[in-house]
Amino acid sequence: MTDAGTAGVHQAVADAYRDHWALVLAATARLTRDLDLAEECVQEAYTQALAGWDSDGIPHNPAAWLVTTARRRAVDAIRRQQVLRAKLPLLAMPDQTDGGVEDLDDDIPDDRLRLVFTCCHPALAPDARVALTLRLVCGIGTGDIARAFLVSEATMAARLTRAKKKIAAARIPFRVPAAKDLSERLDAVLSVVHLLFTTGHTAPSGDQLLRADLVERAVHLCRTLHALMPDEPEVTGLLALMLVTDARRATRTDAQGRLLRLAEQDRTRWDQAAIAEGRDLVLRSMRVGRPGRYRLQAAIAALHAEAPRYDDTDWPQILTLYDALRRVWPSPVVELNRAVAVSMATDPGTALLEVTALERDPRLARYHYLPAIKADLLYRLGRFDEAAAAYRAALELTDNAAERDYLAGRLADLS
Amino acid sequence: MTQYAILLYAPAPADVADMPAEEIEAHGRHADVVEELGGHIVSGHALQASTTATSVRGDTVTDGPFIEAKEVIAGFYILEARDLDHALEITKRNPATWRGGVEIRPLLG
Repeated sequence: MTDAGTAGVHQAVADAYRDHWALVLAATARLTRDLDLAEECVQEAYTQALAGWDSDGIPHNPAAWLVTTARRRAVDAIRRQQVLRAKLPLLAMPDQTDGGVEDLDDDIPDDRLRLVFTCCHPALAPDARVALTLRLVCGIGTGDIARAFLVSEATMAARLTRAKKKIAAARIPFRVPAAKDLSERLDAVLSVVHLLFTTGHTAPSGDQLLRADLVERAVHLCRTLHALMPDEPEVTGLLALMLVTDARRATRTDAQGRLLRLAEQDRTRWDQAAIAEGRDLVLRSMRVGRPGRYRLQAAIAALHAEAPRYDDTDWPQILTLYDALRRVWPSPVVELNRAVAVSMATDPGTALLEVTALERDPRLARYHYLPAIKADLLYRLGRFDEAAAAYRAALELTDNAAERDYLAGRLADLS
Repeated sequence: MTQYAILLYAPAPADVADMPAEEIEAHGRHADVVEELGGHIVSGHALQASTTATSVRGDTVTDGPFIEAKEVIAGFYILEARDLDHALEITKRNPATWRGGVEIRPLLG
């Protein structure tokens, strides 16, 4: 135990919240077999830590202290509710050893992966997976999640409750899937993490281009997954992709909040440590099997980040990677991004033909990057009137203030 | 073990006369597949075509299935499985998934 003063205790509890929430909740859920009860007990344990650590000092293993405290509360609650609980469906715990509280001290069973796979189960609606992961794995409050996804707190609370009820009633197991199902189920997990990141990286609407908190949560979550599954190359790839992408955070907008294109960004301000770490992860992950979508996207992002100047970008190599990416992940968005690489590696005219063909794809009908990219290509081809029309079309499709300013600026340059 | 209702859907009117011979045969083998995978069918029934159905809403009686749709219920059974993953593993092997689909609903209580 250490004596740290009230400010020190607040910091220690905040650190323990960020670093250990998932571990503590997962270990408590293993005992309660009820996510709601586990969540409540863990919340109470953190509250108790604020007062307890102030008077008794900060424990040398805060996570173990929190698990023990949360589990004690859970045991009390279960005793009180024994009769009622006998009628409730509980979490399916296939390789449950016993129901008792083991001596935890320093040895906490790490059930975080079970928690993640449960929250990201394909039997749950995609928006529920994201919400559950933020609430149960990241420990973010319902109100904050609601704000990040632009819905009311009541809507988000209902979404979370419905999902937790389904987990219990349909008996979605609290388990890491068997090896034969792992890659499919891991895809669902990674797409949740990636969605958190992209939602934070380019907020779908609102004034700020970036919601740093969501980005940091996503990176932290992916680091945890990578630590727990070091041999899953797509987890490594996703972590690399996020690190390299986020390395450009400081330069994505100018002092006025206006969006800057890759070519305009000040590369000396990119986070070189994050780029180096990301590149190292990509290189390591590429040695295992056929690369999947996250590794390929990370490799593309790393090539962009490595170029000292925009003109030094290795476009032919990027185009090769896009060709591989479209094979493992056929998607009109990939085709559109590949068209940009074509415009640089080959010529803008060829790229324009491909973008024009993509306009017929109904999945891109509301996708503002399509007319924005088309406008850039038309501009480079000297077809300024058509470029202006395309910028106007893009403006009509985006709600993000920074992106709107960027498009309006491009349009103003043309008139 | 948890009990699930397994609702089998087939293209309307889900007449067994329209079912390919190999699918009928596979349905006949499915109970064995379930047992091999560690599940158990408590009871199961195939239904006559949805053209034979009669629906009641309030006090109005109408001809046909309750909800008009491209696919209708062709049969159902009660499955005992360890958890949803186990039920999914079993259900993915159900021949009803070939032309139609399957809904898994946990029983109440």
